[in-house]
Amino acid sequence: MHLHRLEKTWLGIGITMLALFLAILGTMAFSMGMAPPSEHHHTVDPRKVAETAPFDRPGITQVGDKHYEAVMVAYAFGYEPEKLEVPAGSKIDFTMTSSDVVHGFEIVGTNINLMVLPGEVSHISHTFDQPGEYLILCNEYCGTGHEYMKTTIVVK
Amino acid sequence: MIPTFDRKDGKLVLAHVLFAFAALLVGGIAGLLQGLVRGGMVTLPANIGYYELLTAHGVLMALIFTTYFIIGFLYSGVSHTLGGQLRPAARKLGWTGYLVMSAGTVLGVIVILSGKASVLYTFYAPMKASPWFYVALALVVVGSWLSGFGVFCQYRRWRREHRGKLSPLFAFMAVVTLLMWQIATIGVAAEVVVQLIPWSFGWVDSVNVVLSRTLFWYFGHPLVYFWLLPAYICWYVVIPKIIGGKIFSDALARLAFILFLLFSIPVGFHHQLMEPGIGGFWKFLQVVLTFMVIIPSLMTAFSMFATFEMNGRAKGAKGLFGWLRVLPWKDVRFFAPFMGMLVFIPAGAGGIVNASNQMNAVVHNTLWVTGHFHLTVATSVALTFFGIAYWLIPTVTGRVLTPRLNRLGIIQTLVWCVGMLFMSGPMHIVGLMGSPRRTAYTTYGDHPDAILWMPYHVAMAIGGTILFAGVLLIVYNVIALMRAPKGETVYPIGEVAEAAEATPRYLERWSVWIGIAVALILFAYTIPLIDMFRGVTSPGFVTW
Ligand code: HEM
Ligand SMILES: [Cu+2]
Ligand SMILES: [Cu+2]
Repeated sequence: MHLHRLEKTWLGIGITMLALFLAILGTMAFSMGMAPPSEHHHTVDPRKVAETAPFDRPGITQVGDKHYEAVMVAYAFGYEPEKLEVPAGSKIDFTMTSSDVVHGFEIVGTNINLMVLPGEVSHISHTFDQPGEYLILCNEYCGTGHEYMKTTIVVK
Repeated sequence: MIPTFDRKDGKLVLAHVLFAFAALLVGGIAGLLQGLVRGGMVTLPANIGYYELLTAHGVLMALIFTTYFIIGFLYSGVSHTLGGQLRPAARKLGWTGYLVMSAGTVLGVIVILSGKASVLYTFYAPMKASPWFYVALALVVVGSWLSGFGVFCQYRRWRREHRGKLSPLFAFMAVVTLLMWQIATIGVAAEVVVQLIPWSFGWVDSVNVVLSRTLFWYFGHPLVYFWLLPAYICWYVVIPKIIGGKIFSDALARLAFILFLLFSIPVGFHHQLMEPGIGGFWKFLQVVLTFMVIIPSLMTAFSMFATFEMNGRAKGAKGLFGWLRVLPWKDVRFFAPFMGMLVFIPAGAGGIVNASNQMNAVVHNTLWVTGHFHLTVATSVALTFFGIAYWLIPTVTGRVLTPRLNRLGIIQTLVWCVGMLFMSGPMHIVGLMGSPRRTAYTTYGDHPDAILWMPYHVAMAIGGTILFAGVLLIVYNVIALMRAPKGETVYPIGEVAEAAEATPRYLERWSVWIGIAVALILFAYTIPLIDMFRGVTSPGFVTW
């Protein structure tokens, strides 16, 4: 099919930018570790969350120098454990699931933003360099109390 | 005088259009209240829940207003361009579809307002609504299928009687739009009929959550193109006529629509980038496919402005931008869709941000997304539909647009744009700051970050109030159009420019294009779906 000369230029520029942009996204995702969350696929029986390790003991544990692991359960309408505290500069690996409906997990002021589904285990890591009290909120509608569903991480 | 539009078909078209505007009015009331609640300006009485309103708003606006208007508009163009009237079978399918959809809509609204289905228009499992909510959705989808079959029937007959002739551009585009709709709604129909209805009636006790979300979004993204393509039909086919110009290229217009058919379906994962249960490779693959629709979008932008410039130059406009001056700015049938086109530039750019794989984390489920689709569907598409109403209603009822109504239409367009600037702009900004969508008024225990969002929410509420004035004005205009003076309005269908090349016939080989579309869908979905079928299931919950 024949294209107008100007249209060829226009589409040429557009498609080149598109290819470049996708190449950047792909490189970042697959060789720089900046992929969307939950690369690894783990499941858990949603009826037995409270009896299944590691979710039988939600909490935060130190696994290395300034390196923590947080095991969390989202439920209508809150998160377990309720309070998280780490020193500034710590990296936290979050592992979580839901014991009822779908929830969100967003840490305001960071790029942490993911979905928590019953039956699925979500993973994400983040290093908290700046001290402060970070707001964690549920950004997926989960019922009447959805707007109250939140917790905080204190970084000292 | 001979009617310019078949009166019997006119009734069918009008029934759809009026239903659409009724949905817009009711949905608009909910939208107004949502804005005011989030801005902290009103508190709802105890018997009305925020999420009930939000469910009604999403369903009435995203599903009902759009689908009814689209089917009415497509039937009008198909009747007009394929023989001047609908075949009895097509008309009957049109009315049956209308009745089935309307039964579903009424049932759905009753269930939502009685508080038994506050699950929002995405009804994510394992939140379990009343089974009648899902039955209502199924009726709407099945009704839209019947309407689609009516259009296919009319088109097939026309082609059989005009062997070797190229079909009219409007009809071709209507068929692409509805074909995409048929292929896409199979996903949501499977979710609702196979998974959710048996589960909500209690015949099975659990549901596969990841699978249900995937089936939903297999439908959910093409849904947005189902809104957009009819607006594009207006831009490609109708606008050239209204400005007194010619269609830039029939062949490129058809090619753009075929590309939309191919690339708007196998891309639903870009709504699921932040969730577990789907591999990173498959997410990225669908991101790449998503970005392919940028190509026909760029082609559309080029065609539009080429049409405007050619038309201006033919009228003697000089200089680089002189052609802008000869456009009919004071004609609402041009002005409203044109503002829609302009808004689509930032709206489309925002969409590229949303679909950008890991970058989605910055905006996912924040008010940015709400701001985004109030630009795309609630402005680009809605303003185009409003612009269509100013000639469609007169055409099908045998009336004429008056200068006064035209002026009110221009005012309505401006009110809408201003309202949207104040509502959608702050939504984008506060979304980047982290404020979540789909959330009633809250300051999260006066957390300092959340307190900072409040001024933006107040601006949103003001914008929403202006928009609501826009809703009232368009509803007034529609009623006034029904009482406009009698006369004949010609259905505006553009002609192709003489310089444009002949259209290659392979663009109408449906078996080829459907085959490629299905192949792409299988490529993008088969392996992830096999994985999901093995996934765990969850019992249902009523959390509202
Ligand atoms: C009077 C005009 C309107 C106002 C004031 C308005 C206001 C709003 C507000 C404030 C929200 C966000 C609520 C939240 O996330 O908490 C919302 C959501 C939404 N609006 Fe509108 N809107 C209007 C018109 C429209 C139109 C014309 C459409 C589409 C054609 C539309 C489609 C939607 C959709 C799909 C949602 C998302 C619902 C959900 O998240 O479940 N709106 N609207
Ligand atoms: Cu929630
Ligand atoms: Cu999408």
